Amino acid sequence: MIPASFDYVAPSSVEEALQALAQGGEEAKVLGGGQSLLPVLRMRLAAPTTVVDLRKLTELRGVRDEGDAIVIGSMTTHHDVTRDPLVAEHAELVVKTIRTVADPQIRHRGTFGGSLVHADPAGDLLAPAVALGAEMVIAGSSGRRTVPASEFFLDFFTTAVAPDEILVEVRIPKHTGWGSHYEKFNRVAQAWSIVAVAAAVRSEGGSIAEARVVLTNMGSTPIRATGVEQALVGQPASDEVIRAAAQHAAEGTSPMTDGNADGDYREHLARVLTGRAVAAAAGLAVQGG
Amino acid sequence: MTATAQPSANELGRSRKRKEDARLISGRTRWTDNISLPGMVHLAVLRSPVAHATIGSIEVEAAKQAPGVAAVFTGRDFADEQGSLPCAWPISSDMVAPQAPSLAVDRVNFAGEAVAVVAARSAAEAHDALELIEVDFDDLPVVLDMEAALADGADLVHPEQGTNRNALWVFDSAEVGTGGDVEDAIRDASDNGVVVRRRFRQQRLVPAFMEPRSVVMDPTGEQLTLWSATQVPHILRVMIAMTLGVPEHKVRVIAPDVGGGFGGKLQVTPEEIITFLVAQRLGKPAKWTESRSESLVSGHHGRDQIQDITICASRDGTVTGLKVELMADMGAYLRLVSPGIPILGAFMYNAIYKIPAYHFACTNVFTTKTPTDAYRGAGRPEATFAIERIMDELAVELGMEPLELRERNWIKHEEFPFTTVSTLTYDSGNYEAATARAKELFGYDGLRAEQRRRREAGDPVQLGIGISTFTEMCGLAPSRVLGSLSYAAGGWEHASIRMLPTGKVEVVTGSSPHGQGHETAWSQIVSDQLGVGFDDVEVLHGDTQSSHKGMDSYGSRSLTVGGIAVVKAAEKVVDKARKVAAHMLEASEDDLEYDRGRFTVRGTDKGTTVADVALAVFAAHDLPDGVEASLDSDATFDPENFSFPHGTHLCATEVDTETGHVTIRSYVCVDDVGTVVNPLIVEGQIHGGLAQGIAQALFEEAVYDEAGTLITGTLADYLVPSAVDLPNFVTDRTETPSTTNPLGVKGVGEAGTIASTPAVVNAVIDSVRHLGVRDVEMPCSPQTVWRAINAAQGRAKSVSEGYTDTAAGGGLGSVDASGGAR
Ligand SMILES: Cc1cc2nc3c(=O)[nH]c(=O)nc-3n(C[C@H](O)[C@H](O)[C@H](O)COP(=O)(O)OP(=O)(O)OC[C@H]3O[C@@H](n4cnc5c(N)ncnc54)[C@H](O)[C@@H]3O)c2cc1C
Repeated sequence: MIPASFDYVAPSSVEEALQALAQGGEEAKVLGGGQSLLPVLRMRLAAPTTVVDLRKLTELRGVRDEGDAIVIGSMTTHHDVTRDPLVAEHAELVVKTIRTVADPQIRHRGTFGGSLVHADPAGDLLAPAVALGAEMVIAGSSGRRTVPASEFFLDFFTTAVAPDEILVEVRIPKHTGWGSHYEKFNRVAQAWSIVAVAAAVRSEGGSIAEARVVLTNMGSTPIRATGVEQALVGQPASDEVIRAAAQHAAEGTSPMTDGNADGDYREHLARVLTGRAVAAAAGLAVQGG
Repeated sequence: MTATAQPSANELGRSRKRKEDARLISGRTRWTDNISLPGMVHLAVLRSPVAHATIGSIEVEAAKQAPGVAAVFTGRDFADEQGSLPCAWPISSDMVAPQAPSLAVDRVNFAGEAVAVVAARSAAEAHDALELIEVDFDDLPVVLDMEAALADGADLVHPEQGTNRNALWVFDSAEVGTGGDVEDAIRDASDNGVVVRRRFRQQRLVPAFMEPRSVVMDPTGEQLTLWSATQVPHILRVMIAMTLGVPEHKVRVIAPDVGGGFGGKLQVTPEEIITFLVAQRLGKPAKWTESRSESLVSGHHGRDQIQDITICASRDGTVTGLKVELMADMGAYLRLVSPGIPILGAFMYNAIYKIPAYHFACTNVFTTKTPTDAYRGAGRPEATFAIERIMDELAVELGMEPLELRERNWIKHEEFPFTTVSTLTYDSGNYEAATARAKELFGYDGLRAEQRRRREAGDPVQLGIGISTFTEMCGLAPSRVLGSLSYAAGGWEHASIRMLPTGKVEVVTGSSPHGQGHETAWSQIVSDQLGVGFDDVEVLHGDTQSSHKGMDSYGSRSLTVGGIAVVKAAEKVVDKARKVAAHMLEASEDDLEYDRGRFTVRGTDKGTTVADVALAVFAAHDLPDGVEASLDSDATFDPENFSFPHGTHLCATEVDTETGHVTIRSYVCVDDVGTVVNPLIVEGQIHGGLAQGIAQALFEEAVYDEAGTLITGTLADYLVPSAVDLPNFVTDRTETPSTTNPLGVKGVGEAGTIASTPAVVNAVIDSVRHLGVRDVEMPCSPQTVWRAINAAQGRAKSVSEGYTDTAAGGGLGSVDASGGAR
């Protein structure tokens, strides 16, 4: 498993990185943590002529507070995100999700931004980004633009980031005090989701004031289960309400069939896991294994 | 001279940490891929992307011109010299054995088969050049399903053979005279007892050793030296000589440190032959190292059988007959021992039970898939799975507690030695003791009570208990038995001991460790035998120049055969030393007592040690007349019997009935592997074995699509579980020494794998049997379990609505035990 040869650059600013990408043209590729790109290169599924490594861009690492939002640098590793107190306080769903990603070695290498741009429909960070209404800050030769998560994921492995652009940071509106849960289903622990559900719930006096439910791997991009959300809002956070709402989970999805699961089984899982995710987010005891 | 410490305590039974681990774990050692020779070229192999096709033209010119490329070869370049890869186990005289070229010449018969090889200055350049080779494949129909392959008019893998049937192998107790006629037993039970029939599927598995295969060949010396990550350097040397016609004494094979094999490296591989031929052609050292994806698609696979099992019993639960009809997938070619793998199982279906009538028939089938061959347990896991699964089904039909049914039929402790219906004589065993201990550790009765409660409460997570009271035959093998099975070689093992003047010891073993810890265990054995310190023993292995004779490591044979050869060699050293010691002590040999390295003159405190004698022999100044100046000794040990480890494994699973997800809640095993040399190593073997057996039950399968390509081609798709996916194992042992070797040891390398698979699957089914489920195919993935529950519920519904259940097997009869027999 030896990649085809390529040129390698490790620029020390975003501007230099953008220049390198511009020079490399269509055949240039950004390297974040390398946990997805390197396997692709080694299996020769891609053969870029230039690899632009962002590892020296310390400006893209870390989390900061911006009033009503927190901002996560795209090169912040999974591990660092889970250890950050701002994320824990204002975007707990992200921490809970990342704890289910791969294994410690990979979490020390893989990056928050890389996961989002890679846009594997089975990847785990996409759904929470959509659920929390994240905004993606993208740098290109003509400056920076911001794309909401709901418009960021376009198709399998395809996002709004053009080949000559870089995802620099992700703004996540604060969801302080929201209950949240990421219910992930897979066969072995260190693997991508067969199906997963990200749920975030804001309760007010025993009833659900706001709810965000987003499904992982039920289509080519993360899918917001609006039917479920609507059935929850304004209702008491009870088992019956949640179970009934979860029945809407598979509506509008188009899950694929692969070696782990057929489409109909994925639809079933979406309903079951949605019930569990919402119940956990709402602080109810969850049955099942 | 360094001091040689006299050991104070017995080494046998000590939990020594392994000598070899520091270097193996750190990787700072002699892995084949770590070897680099002057002028060496690196090889990359082009593999067929299609399962079955004739090869038209192969365009290699562009690759030859690529940077760094020294040469490109195709099968046509080696057609006259590559011969046919050997199959050493022609199980029947009319067995169909197609030519098996290392590099395909005219046709490819599985996706992954080697088609061309590039030799270049670097591995990267070799791989780059592969992309420049153009092969014209003319597709032929693929052959994937064994039953379809055997049907009249089926598409053929090897059209020139006229059939996809490799061989039929039959054992019948009535014919052999060891038991009755199973058809009579079945007829009888249909009237007066119970007959249960099931079809089980042994999915295809990948051995998934940790160190990828690697080969280095140096043609520049007087001898042709081949390093290979192999389990079988000795067999490889003979086979290279026979396959390529190279004089055997001109070939030296070295298995340096080898990182796992599980049977996957019990092979003479195409790549070994290819590397050998390329290096010879170029007159330069050559190296080939595979990638993981290459390993998954081209290294031999394991299992892949369809098992039709019929068991019959009288109403009181006494088993009266067992009939086993198998189809075993050979894949596209016969490899070293492919045809014999299912036959190794033939002797194990009767397991620990007294079965009065037994019939076994196995049909081996060719398909256009990767060849199959040995994989940890080889034939015995399949047998154990089938019998332990069907014992549970029989218990349900009879309305009996499954452990009680087993106890009613197993061989009692006082009945050993016991000759079974399949002709083996089990020397020793104590199934009662192992089972009692396992039940206690497991909390069997408490878990059964909890299961009842959960069933009654309709808990979404249901509990099940799985049992496997297994035995196996290992320590391959008495040579005369192998002869009677038409195996090409014997089953002996060789060892020699060299006494160095300073009292240190070199042990040369024909066993070929690849992760088992032989260096540690052999040191412990020799330490006790010769009274030298554990650290004063060096174990040499895996090089046909130093260890000139051997049968290598597989089939849990190293300790029970190779280890005993070491004991025998040590005894000879002591015999030689005794003569010299008597001379030194001016005593008669008969007056000497020997205990762990020390000779004493009976009734006195006069004595000497083997180490002192070694120095005296080295000097040779004053030896008794006619005594050679050497204590060095060797021994070739041929076992008189197999060894029969056994044990009771109990597994509790929790099944989430909403998703089908299985969690192992607890796993208890009590194994009896006879006398134990090193408990820590035994524990490690059991743990790893359990992991692999559980992996078959729940996770792993090599899956092909309808075009015949392997779709589980990476470890992201082929699910090898890691520690977090496995429970904490509760292990214990009973010790019933083997009576057929001087140490009383039995094999342990395969026990955990053989035993665990049915324990887990039985538990999964037991978790949901009350919902109407009577079988779940392996691997018991969440989707498979969920569908089994759905199908059972559907059946339940159609029955309640007045439809009859026409499905074969136990059906709902299985649930209602009183009305079980159909
Ligand atoms: C064994 C294994 C198990 C895994 N399990 C999981 C899992 O359970 N769940 C899960 O979600 N993920 C899993 N992953 C993937 C892991 O989370 C990766 O880290 C992640 O998908 C990619 O992040 P990266 O930083 O490594 O990106 P890279 O591999 O470096 O890049 C991935 C892609 O994103 C692009 N890219 C990266 N950074 C940027 C940027 N800042 N701007 C523009 N483009 C960029 C690259 O060009 C490339 O196309 C697993 C990976 C492995 C190897």
